[in-house]
Amino acid sequence: MKKSVFIGALTVAGLASGMASAGTMADVQAKGFLQCGVSTGLVGFAAPDANGNWAGFDVAVCRAVAAAVLGDPQAVKFTPTTGKTRFTALASGEVDMLARNTTWTFTRDVDLKFEFAGVNYYDGQGFMVPKSLGVASAKDLDGATICIQTGTTTELNLADFFRANNIKYEPVPIETNAEGQQQFLAGACDVYTTDASGLAATRATFENPGDYVVLPEIISKEPLGPLVRHGDQQWGDLVRWTLNALISAEELGITSANIDELSKGTNNPEINRILGTEGDLGGMLGLDKQWARRAISAGGNYAEIFERNIGSATPVGLSRGLNALWSDGGILYSPPFR
Amino acid sequence: MSDVSYVRTKMLDEMAPPVSQVGPIRWARENLFSSVTNSVLTLLAIWFIYSLLAATLPWIVFSSFSANSLGECRTAIRDAYGADATGACWSVIRERYLQLLFGFYPSESYWRPILALVLMLVAIGPILFEGLPRKMLIFSGLYPFVGFFLLWGGTVWLPVTILLGFVIAYFATTMLGKVIGSLGAVIAAILLPVIWWLFLAGPVAYGLHAIVPIGLVPIESARFGGFLLSIVIGVTGIVLSLPIGVLLALGRRSDLFVVRTICIGFIEFIRGVPLITLLFVASTLLNYFLPPGTTFDIVLRVMIMVTLFSSAYMAEVIRGGLAALPRGQYEAANALGMDYWKSMRLIIMPQALKISIPSIVGIFIGLFKDTTLVSIIGLMDPLGLSTAIRANAAWNGIVWELYGFIALMFFIFCFSMSRYSMYLERKLQTGH
Amino acid sequence: MTALSDQPKAKHGFRLSMLIYDKRYRSITIQIVALILLFTAFGWLFNNAAMNLAKLGKPLSFGFLSQPSGYDINQRLIEYNSTMTHARAALVGILNTLLVAVLGCITATFIGVSVGVLRLSKNWIVSRLMGFYIEGLRNVPILLWIVLSMAIFIEMLPRPSAFRGANATATMYLNDSVAFTNRGFYIPKPIFNAGSSIDVIVFLLSLVAIWFFGRWAKKRQENSGDILPTFWIKLAIFFIPSIIVFYLSGQPISLSYPALTGFNFTGGFHLRNSLIALWLALSFYTATYIAEAVRAGVQSVSKGQTEAAFALGLRPGRTMQLVVLPQALRVIIPPMISQYLNLTKNSSLAIAVGYMDVTGTLGGITLNQTGREMESLLLLMGVYLTISLTVSLVMNWYNNSIKLKER
Repeated sequence: MKKSVFIGALTVAGLASGMASAGTMADVQAKGFLQCGVSTGLVGFAAPDANGNWAGFDVAVCRAVAAAVLGDPQAVKFTPTTGKTRFTALASGEVDMLARNTTWTFTRDVDLKFEFAGVNYYDGQGFMVPKSLGVASAKDLDGATICIQTGTTTELNLADFFRANNIKYEPVPIETNAEGQQQFLAGACDVYTTDASGLAATRATFENPGDYVVLPEIISKEPLGPLVRHGDQQWGDLVRWTLNALISAEELGITSANIDELSKGTNNPEINRILGTEGDLGGMLGLDKQWARRAISAGGNYAEIFERNIGSATPVGLSRGLNALWSDGGILYSPPFR
Repeated sequence: MSDVSYVRTKMLDEMAPPVSQVGPIRWARENLFSSVTNSVLTLLAIWFIYSLLAATLPWIVFSSFSANSLGECRTAIRDAYGADATGACWSVIRERYLQLLFGFYPSESYWRPILALVLMLVAIGPILFEGLPRKMLIFSGLYPFVGFFLLWGGTVWLPVTILLGFVIAYFATTMLGKVIGSLGAVIAAILLPVIWWLFLAGPVAYGLHAIVPIGLVPIESARFGGFLLSIVIGVTGIVLSLPIGVLLALGRRSDLFVVRTICIGFIEFIRGVPLITLLFVASTLLNYFLPPGTTFDIVLRVMIMVTLFSSAYMAEVIRGGLAALPRGQYEAANALGMDYWKSMRLIIMPQALKISIPSIVGIFIGLFKDTTLVSIIGLMDPLGLSTAIRANAAWNGIVWELYGFIALMFFIFCFSMSRYSMYLERKLQTGH
Repeated sequence: MTALSDQPKAKHGFRLSMLIYDKRYRSITIQIVALILLFTAFGWLFNNAAMNLAKLGKPLSFGFLSQPSGYDINQRLIEYNSTMTHARAALVGILNTLLVAVLGCITATFIGVSVGVLRLSKNWIVSRLMGFYIEGLRNVPILLWIVLSMAIFIEMLPRPSAFRGANATATMYLNDSVAFTNRGFYIPKPIFNAGSSIDVIVFLLSLVAIWFFGRWAKKRQENSGDILPTFWIKLAIFFIPSIIVFYLSGQPISLSYPALTGFNFTGGFHLRNSLIALWLALSFYTATYIAEAVRAGVQSVSKGQTEAAFALGLRPGRTMQLVVLPQALRVIIPPMISQYLNLTKNSSLAIAVGYMDVTGTLGGITLNQTGREMESLLLLMGVYLTISLTVSLVMNWYNNSIKLKER
C-alpha cells in the first residue's frame, strides 16, 4: 500500500494501484496512517499552525481514532476540505473519515450515503449583530443584510426562518470565514450568521468583541459529528465507539492523567471493560484490548479536549451548555460499554 | 568700382532659437500641449497621477516592519507618525514571506525548490536563447525528472525507472523498426513503455532502492504552497501540454475526418468552459472516472486538469505556427521523399515551434496567472494563503499589504516574461 | 512502369496488409483505430463513473432539479424564492452570468478602445500613463483584481448607517437621489404608471426613426456628397419627441428615490457591491487586452492610407472614422471576440465575491446541498459551452460580414 500511495502521488502508475479495498480499517492499517478530512481552518476546531501542524477540537477526534487503530495519535494526515469538496473527498475514498463540523441531516445520512458516527458537538445557528444596531431579537431583522457562508445548512435554515416569520432579508453569500468577518466588520452586512460556536470563535478574534452581541435566538439544531462512508460497518463502529469512549471516559472520570493508574484494574467493571482489563471489547472491533486506552491517552477525555481547544479558558471561550454530560444537565450521552 | 552690392555679402550670425523651440519647453509644447485637447488630457493625467500618489505614498511610507500583530503595528505607527496616521503593516510580509513563497514546505529543505528553480532556468536557457550550446538541450530533456526528484524527493530510482520508459520507447523505434516494420515499431514504442510504467516501474524502483538506497526525504504535495505551488502547477501544465498540444494541432490539420473531428471537439470543448469548472472537476469528479478505490492527491488532479486545459490553447498556438510556415517547406519535405512523421519531426515542427515560442510564453503567463484559481478549491496558493493568514488571530483584518505583495510578485514574474516574449517576437520578425 | 505496378494488385486482390501499407486504405484504418480507441477510453471512463456512482448509491439522475432549492438569491432578474426549484435557481444564475458578461463586454470595449487610441497619442504623459495601466493590470491575475476591487468597495465606501442621524458622515449625491454605500449603489428607479405606454412607444419609434434617418443621410451623402451633422440630429430625435410626449401625457413615468429606512436604503435600484466589483474588475482587466488589440489594429493600417486621406483633404477625425478604423477593424475583431469569450468565462470567478452567477447557484449551492456533483458540473459546463459557442458563432458571422471581400 505504501508503494501505491507513493506512486499514486505522481503518475499513471497510480492507475494500477490502490484497487484492493478490503475495508477501511485494513487499508488504514496497511498504509500506516489515517487520512482525515478537516475544514480549511476554523479557530478552535481545526487550524494549522505556522509549521503546518493541525490542532483543534475536530482534529482531536481524528487523533483519537488514529491512536485506537494505529497506536500513534500523530499517524494522521489531514486533508483540508471546503464545503463543496468535503463529501466527494469522503465518498471517493480520498479521506478515511471526515471530522469537519458537519451537520447530521437526513439527506446527508440517507441520500448522500454517509454514516454519522455520533455527535461531538451540539450546535445551533445564531446571529451576531453590532450592539449599535440596537436589535434585541432575530425577529427584528426585517430588511437586514445578512452574511452567510455558502455550502452549509446555514443558508437553508436562514431561508426557512425568514419565510416562517414572514420577514424579508438580503442574503450576502460569502466563501470563507475571513471574508465574512471583513464584510461584517466593515458594515457591508448588518448581521453575520453561522453556527453559534463559530460566531463565538469569530467574535473572540475581533478587536473590540464587546461591541458585538450574539442574539438569543438559535434557529436550528446542528448536531456536528464525524462521518464515514456508508457500507463499511466495521470502520463506522470503530469511529463511533472511539467517540463514545471519549465521552464515557469523562463520565467515568478517566483522564489522561490517571489513565495509567486506572488501567492496572479498578473496582468499576465498565472502566475495566473500556481500558481492556476485563472482557475483550477491542477484539470485537477487530483491534486489541488497549484500543480505547490509547484513544483516551491521545488527547484526554471529551472534557479535556473541549477545554483545551474551545473551552472557557481559550480565546474561543465556549461554555459546555448542551455539550455537558447528561448527568450535568447537558445531552451528551454515550451508550454503555458492555 | 563701387562696393555696393544688392545682396548681403556677409551672413548674419546664427541666432539662438526662440526659447519656446528648445529644450524641455519645446519638448513639453510638442508632447504635452500641442493642442487644446492634448493640454486638457495632460492636466487630467497629471491630476490623476498626483491624486494616486497622494493617496498611496503616505500609506506606503508611514509603515511598520517590526510589529508582531496588527494591533501592535497600528499602535507603533500612531506612536511614530502621529495620532491619526494610517500606514502599511509590512511586518506581516516580513513574518510570512517565506510561507507565501514556499507554503508549508519544510524550511530545512528550502534549498530543493531553489535549486530546482535555478536548474529550470538552465534547462530553458537553450530553448529561449539561441546563443547557448545545443548540447544543453539534453539537460532540458532530463530536467523534468530532476525537478520532480528535487521537489517531491523519495527514492532517486523512481524518476530513473520512469525515464527508462522513454529509453525503451526510443530503442523500440530504432531497433525493432528493422525487425517488425515501422508501424509495428511505433505500436511497440507506445505499448512497451506503458506496460513498463504500469506494472514494472514501481516494483523495479523499489527493488533498486532496497539495494542502493539513494534519495531525498519525501515531501508530500499537501505541503506545497504559495508561489512554489503556482510555479509548479504552471510549469508542469505548460511542459506536459506541449506534446499533447502538438498532437492536437497536427490532428486538427489532418485530412482524416474522424481524427480531425475528435481534435476539434476536444479543443473547442476545453476552450468553451472556464478553468474553474475544470478545477471543480479535479476536486470533485476526477476520482469518479478512475477505477473504484483509486485516489490521486489533489495537486496531481489539478495538474492533470490544468494540463488538459492548456493543451487546447497550446494546440491553437501551434496550429498558428504551422499555418504561418510557407507551403514550400511542406512541399520540399515531400519532394525529399520523407513520410508524414519524418517531415513533421525534421522539417515542419522545429520551425513551427520556433515561431510559436512568443505565443507559448504568452500562454504560460496566462496559465501562471490562472493558477490563483486553485485557491477556490482550497489549495494554498498565494491567494489561499492570504485567507489563511487573515484567519490568524494576530493578523485578522489585514488586507492591502497581503494583496499588494502578491500582486507585486505576480507583476514581476509576468512582466519580465512578457518583455522577453516581445523581445523574441521582434527578433523573429527581423529574421524573416 | 504503370502497367507493371498495377498488375500484381489485380492478381492478388485485397490483402490484409494493404490496410496498413496502402495509402488508400491506411487512412480508413487509422480513423477506425482512432474511433475504437476513443470509444474504449470513453467506455472505460463511463464504466468507472457508473461503477463508482452505483457503489455510492447515487445513480445519474437529474431529478434533483425539480426539487425545491430552499435557498435565497439576492440578485434575481426573474421571480424567485426559496420554495422554487433548483432548475429555477440555475436559471436565475444563468441570467446573472449573462448580465455581468454583457455589461462587462460593453464597458470593456469602451474603455479598451479609448485606452488603445490614447496609448497611440502623441501626448507623452498620456501614452505613458496608458502603457502603465495596460502593463500593470494585465500582469496580475484577474482573481486578485476581483477580490481587490471588492475589498476596495467594502473598505473605502461608507456603510449605510453613516448616512443616518444628525451627524451623518456620508451624504447622498445629486439632490439626495443617489447613494454610494459599501453595500452597493442605490439609484432612482423609473416607475411606469398608467398611460406610460404611449411614452415608451414614442421612444421606440424615435429609435426606429434614427435608424432610418441614418440610412437616408448616408444615401444622400453618397449621391450628393453633402455631409449632414448626423450626430446632433440623431441626438435631437432621441430626446425631443420623447420629452414632449412625456410632458403632454402628464408625466406618467415617475422616479422612485432610494431612502434610508431601517437597516438599508429602500426604493430605487440597488446595484449590489458584488455586481459592481466584478463588473469593474472584469472590464478594466479585459480592456487592457482590447486596448492592445486596438493598438495593433490601428498600427496595422499603413501610413500611406492616412497620408492619402489627408491629401484628399479629410480632417483627422474623418480620416480615423472613414479610412483607418474600417481597415483596422478587420485586425481588431478576431482578438476582440476571444476577449469577449474570456470575459464571459472569467465571470465564473464571481463566487470569489459572492455574486450569484450560474457557478454560484448551480455549481455552488445547488451542488453542495444536493451532493450531485456529476450532474451539476455536467450542466454547468453545458451552459458555458452553449454561451461560448453561441458568442463565437455570432461574432464569426459578423467578422465574415465585414471581412475584406476579395474579388
